[in-house]
Formats: sequence, structure tokens, C-alpha cells
Amino acid sequence: MSKANAVITLRDLNKTYAMGRNQVHALRGIDLTITAGEMVAIMGASGSGKSTLMNIVGCLDRPTSGTYELDGERVDGLSRKQLADIRNNHIGFVFQSFNLLARTTAQENVELPLLYDRSDRKIDPVAAAREALERVGLGDRRDHQTNELSGGQQQRVAIARALVTAPSLLLADEPTGNLDTQTSMEVLALFQELNDRGLTIAMVTHENDIAAYARRIVELRDGLIIRDEPVADRRTAKRGLSSSVAV
Amino acid sequence: MKSDKLIRIAIRSIIRTKMRSILTMLGIIIGVGAVICMVAIGQGAQSRIEQSILNLGVNMVVITPGTSSSGGVSRGAGSLNRLQVADAEKLAEEGMLLSAVSPVTMTGGRIRGGGGNWHAPLYGVDVTYENIRDWPVATGQWFDQSDIRSARKVCLLGSTVASELFPDQDPVGQQIIVRDVPFDIIGVLESKGQTASGDNQDDCVIAPYTTVQKRLAGRQFIAQILGSAWSPEDVPAAMEEATTIMRESHSLADWEDDDFTVRNQSDLADAATGTTEVMTLLLAAIAGISLLVGGIGIMNIMLVSVTERTREIGVRMAVGARPGDILRQFLVESVVLSILGGVVGVALGYGGSWLVAYLTGWPTAIDTVAVGVALGFSATVGIFFGFWPARKAAGLDPIAALRYE
Ligand SMILES: Nc1ncnc2c1ncn2[C@@H]1O[C@H](COP(=O)(O)OP(=O)(O)OP(=O)(O)O)[C@@H](O)[C@H]1O
Ligand SMILES: [Mg+2]
Repeated sequence: MSKANAVITLRDLNKTYAMGRNQVHALRGIDLTITAGEMVAIMGASGSGKSTLMNIVGCLDRPTSGTYELDGERVDGLSRKQLADIRNNHIGFVFQSFNLLARTTAQENVELPLLYDRSDRKIDPVAAAREALERVGLGDRRDHQTNELSGGQQQRVAIARALVTAPSLLLADEPTGNLDTQTSMEVLALFQELNDRGLTIAMVTHENDIAAYARRIVELRDGLIIRDEPVADRRTAKRGLSSSVAV
Repeated sequence: MKSDKLIRIAIRSIIRTKMRSILTMLGIIIGVGAVICMVAIGQGAQSRIEQSILNLGVNMVVITPGTSSSGGVSRGAGSLNRLQVADAEKLAEEGMLLSAVSPVTMTGGRIRGGGGNWHAPLYGVDVTYENIRDWPVATGQWFDQSDIRSARKVCLLGSTVASELFPDQDPVGQQIIVRDVPFDIIGVLESKGQTASGDNQDDCVIAPYTTVQKRLAGRQFIAQILGSAWSPEDVPAAMEEATTIMRESHSLADWEDDDFTVRNQSDLADAATGTTEVMTLLLAAIAGISLLVGGIGIMNIMLVSVTERTREIGVRMAVGARPGDILRQFLVESVVLSILGGVVGVALGYGGSWLVAYLTGWPTAIDTVAVGVALGFSATVGIFFGFWPARKAAGLDPIAALRYE
């Protein structure tokens, strides 16, 4: 694990929520390094701090203390504006509840991040969104409204949206939490495929069955890492017949 | 984000909540529509008054008896009437800047003729009156110098008097009797319409001032003297000159005030338009208030919209929208909403003032400046009242916004 290709480096990361007079220590001293090309499953009981960690790594939230380096650059302590640009350019985030815009087509949902792209990459939103949708196997659902799609399809639109800016890191907070086993497998197959092509992925999950598809498992309890080990016998998800895609 | 995208997003979200957007815009629509309509009516009234003032005569200088103090308050005008025909003669002789001068005596009473009765004022004037007032005859002819000299009992009828007394016949060549004095009708004047204050100018009889003084008025003093300056630019100097000549004519010492008042058309116009200006201002104020209320309506709806779309804001932030992007999105939305309302309001104002013109026959003048101001103002309302909700949206925390139910 050379430091050169570390995507995420967390040192003594703390997050404390003030709840009236009480303080909730959601994270207490997390040290974690994730290198390029890894696929990490973050596990732990409810309330152990998984989402809190994920939100900080995803630059949606800021740590109370500690340092966070993303692609070798310090991002703790950046302004809201700078964090927005990092979310846009470097990170794709997939939520348990999809978080697509209602009454908006799949295509437009996927184009959304590119509306806010200020990098000089000059990505064509329409073409890039089309390509991303094809990658997740929804090339034919481009003009469907969000509410006309199944849960699995919605999650794949959300993944396409996360991928459209070509991020170096894909984060997913319980991406299969709202899906049945069949569609969960489809999402996992997609993740594995993306990971095989070099994308760094970190995903939160409750289930050992899901974590078994990752390359490494990190387990939290009460805001501390209590386990960090590679997956011995990594499983491979096969795409369902319904969604076979040319990649 | 590029502004065309912002505007498209704004229009999409406005269309998505069609009914609510329309109701929101209603305040602005009514406000702007009212502004346009009111200003159009006000300006129409004003231009009508200006028209009728011009209609009074050409570069006219009016001398009336009595003093008007500097504040414009008349100190018992007329009570000290020393205006005489001699004054008019002196003005005509010495007034270099006056092209014509005419004394005007006023009397009136019952007029019999054509088998009917009518009440109308009788003006005794000089032949120059035709040019000063720019008032030719429709049929017949004006009286001439010899009529004045010999105080002939001839007269001209205003068109109203003519049609009241001689509805189906040509009055020229017939007679009317004013207070037992018979006058031969030698002409009927062209119709001049109403004055600014609504008097019917055509309801009068005109005769040589010599005749009127001799036969009817029997008075030494006259009601006014009308003069006409050579050009509009000459009017102020002509008024000064007239004042000097009049003071001389009345042998006033330096310490004595004028016992007459010299005015011009625009003085008369100012008095008449003053009231409509106040009206226009008042109406504009009412319209302004309704725009303000419309603006508050927009703010209210935008606040609701921000709350309702908290999750959307969270999603946009999560995929990389800067706080400034969100601020601009909501600001553009409220501005688009208010400008849209403004445009509809302008259309409504146009329609409204057309309808008023159609129903009442008043001339209405759509003022492009008013349209510009109304649109500019509604855009300002959008920015002003949209800013707070937009800032509220931009200040949201992405996590909290995403969790919002
Ligand atoms: N905004 C907040 N304010 C106060 N406390 C919070 C807030 N968000 C999280 N917490 C607390 O921080 C702790 C960790 O929460 P977190 O959401 O990270 O857990 P989690 O591991 O994701 O749980 P789950 O598996 O149920 O999603 C919990 O005790 C929670 O109550
Ligand atoms: Mg969680």
C-alpha cells in the first residue's frame, strides 16, 4: 500500500454532534487509508457511525477534528463552495433512497452533475449522460420519468449519475438497502465491473452477504474501527438476464 | 451554471406548479396591469386637456381684471375692475410683440330666435378675435371693421346655439333677439368643442364689442383682453410688455400693485393639468402598493417552494451545486415568475386601457416608459422578494436537506 496511490487517507478523524447538553461521539479517532482500485465494504451495527463516516468522506459533511486527504490533498476545513466542487469532480455518491429528482427523466437526472461542472474538462452533458445510462444498462429508459422506473432501475440511474463526471471515487451508503435480492445482485455486479475497470469504491452495508462481494471489509462499532481485513473468498455477482448489457 | 440553463430550470419548475405559479403571479399581474392602465388613462386625460388648451387660441395672452398674488390666490379678482376698451386700444397700438388684440365684453341672457328660446353668453369682441382664437366661421362670414365702427347689430352663433335655435334651417340671414335687441345672424362658427374645464365653447353668441357695449352691457368696463403674440417664443416677453403698457395705461405708481392679471395658455394649462397629475400620481401609488403586495406574494410562495424542495436542493448540492448555484436558481425563478407576471400585466394593461378608450371615448395613451418601468419594477420585486428565500435555500446543509421529509 504505497502512499502514492492512496485515494482516501483519514487520520484520527472525529465527529461529535451536540445534542442539547449531551454530545454524541459518532466517530472517535478513525485512521483509514483506501488506495486506488480498492472495493471496501463498511460494516457495523446501526448507529455505529457508518453514514457519518461516509458523509465526511463524500465531502457532504465536515469532521470535528482530524485530517482527511483526498487524492493527496487536504479537504478538511475547505469552504462549502470548494467542497461542492470536490463532490462534483472527484466523488460519485449513491444513496440508499436513490435521491433522484422527481418528475424528471432519467437522462436529465444523470445530466444534473454536469450542469454544475466548472472544471475545464468540457464534458458534453447529453452525450456523457447517454453513455453513463448505457453503462448501467438503461440506454432504453432514457426518457422515462423517475416514477416510471422500478427501484432497481432508479438505483442504476443514481449510479449513472454518480459516474457521469468520471469520478475517482464511488461512495455508496447502503445502495442495496431498498432493493430485493435480484436487483441487489445487479447493482453489485455493476459495482464489481466498475471496480474491475479500476474505479475505487467504498460502500456501506449491513449484510455479510453483500460485503462478501467487496475486496476488503472495515467494521465499525461506536465510532471506532474494530475490524479491517481483506475478503478471503470474494464472490462474483452475475448480471441478471433482464439487464445484460454491452459494456 | 450558464444563465440559459438556470432560466430553463426556473421555467420548468414554474410550469410544474402551474396553478400555484399563476396565483402567485396574480399580484404582479394586477399591479403592473393597473400601473399601465392608470398611466394610460391619466396621460390620455392630460393630452386631452393640452389639446383643448391649444384649442383656446394661438400664442394667447389673457388679461383679466384684478390682482393675483404671487401665490396664485386671487385677491378679489374683478372687484376692482378697471379694464377698459382704451386699454385694449393702447395695447394694440404700442404692443410691438402682440400681433393682435381684442377686448372681450361678456353679457348674456335669454335669446329668442327661430321660434325658440335659449340661454347663452354673449361675447362682444373685435374682428381680431377670429385670429387670436383661431376660430373661423363654418357658414356665412365674420363681421368686419365697419361693423365695429358703426356698432351694427350683427352676430355670429356658436354651433350649439345654432343647432338649438335653428335645428333644421340655415340661421344665416335670420334674426335673434337678445334681451329685446335684435341681431342679424351673419355667420355660424366652427365647432370648437369643450374647454379643459368642460365648458362647451360652442354655446355662445359673438357680436361686435361696440354693439354689445352700446346696446346691452352699457358698462365702461370689460371682462378681459385677449392678445396674440407673434410666436410661442415671444409669449413671455409679450406678457411683460403688456404688463408695462397696462400699468402705464392705468397710471399706476411704482409702489402700486397691478390691478390686472396677465396670463398665458400654459398658465391656464398648468391649472387644469395639475389636478390630473395628482390623480395620475395617486393611481400610480395605488398601483405601486399592489405591486408591493404582489412581491410579498412571490416571497411567500418562494419560501414555501424552498421548504417543499428541500430534498431537491439537497440532491443538487450532493452532486456538486455550490451554494451560489442554488441561490441563483431560486433568484432566477422568482425573477422569471415576476417578469412573466409583468409581461402578462402589461398585456392586461394594454387591453384594459383599450377597453376604457372604447367604452368611454377618452383618449388613452400607452406610455412606453411606463411599460419599461413596470417591467423593471417587477423584475426588481422578484430580486428583492426572492432574495431571502433564495438565501435560505443556499444556506441549507446538504445532509440535513437530503434527510428532510
Ligand atoms: N445530525 C445528527 N445529529 C445528532 N446526532 C447524529 C446526527 N447524525 C447522526 N447522529 C448520531 O451519530 C451516530 C452515528 O450515526 P450514523 O448515521 O452514522 O449511523 P449508521 O452506522 O449509519 O447507522 P444505520 O446503520 O442505522 O444507518 C448515531 O448515534 C446517531 O444518533
Ligand atoms: Mg446509515
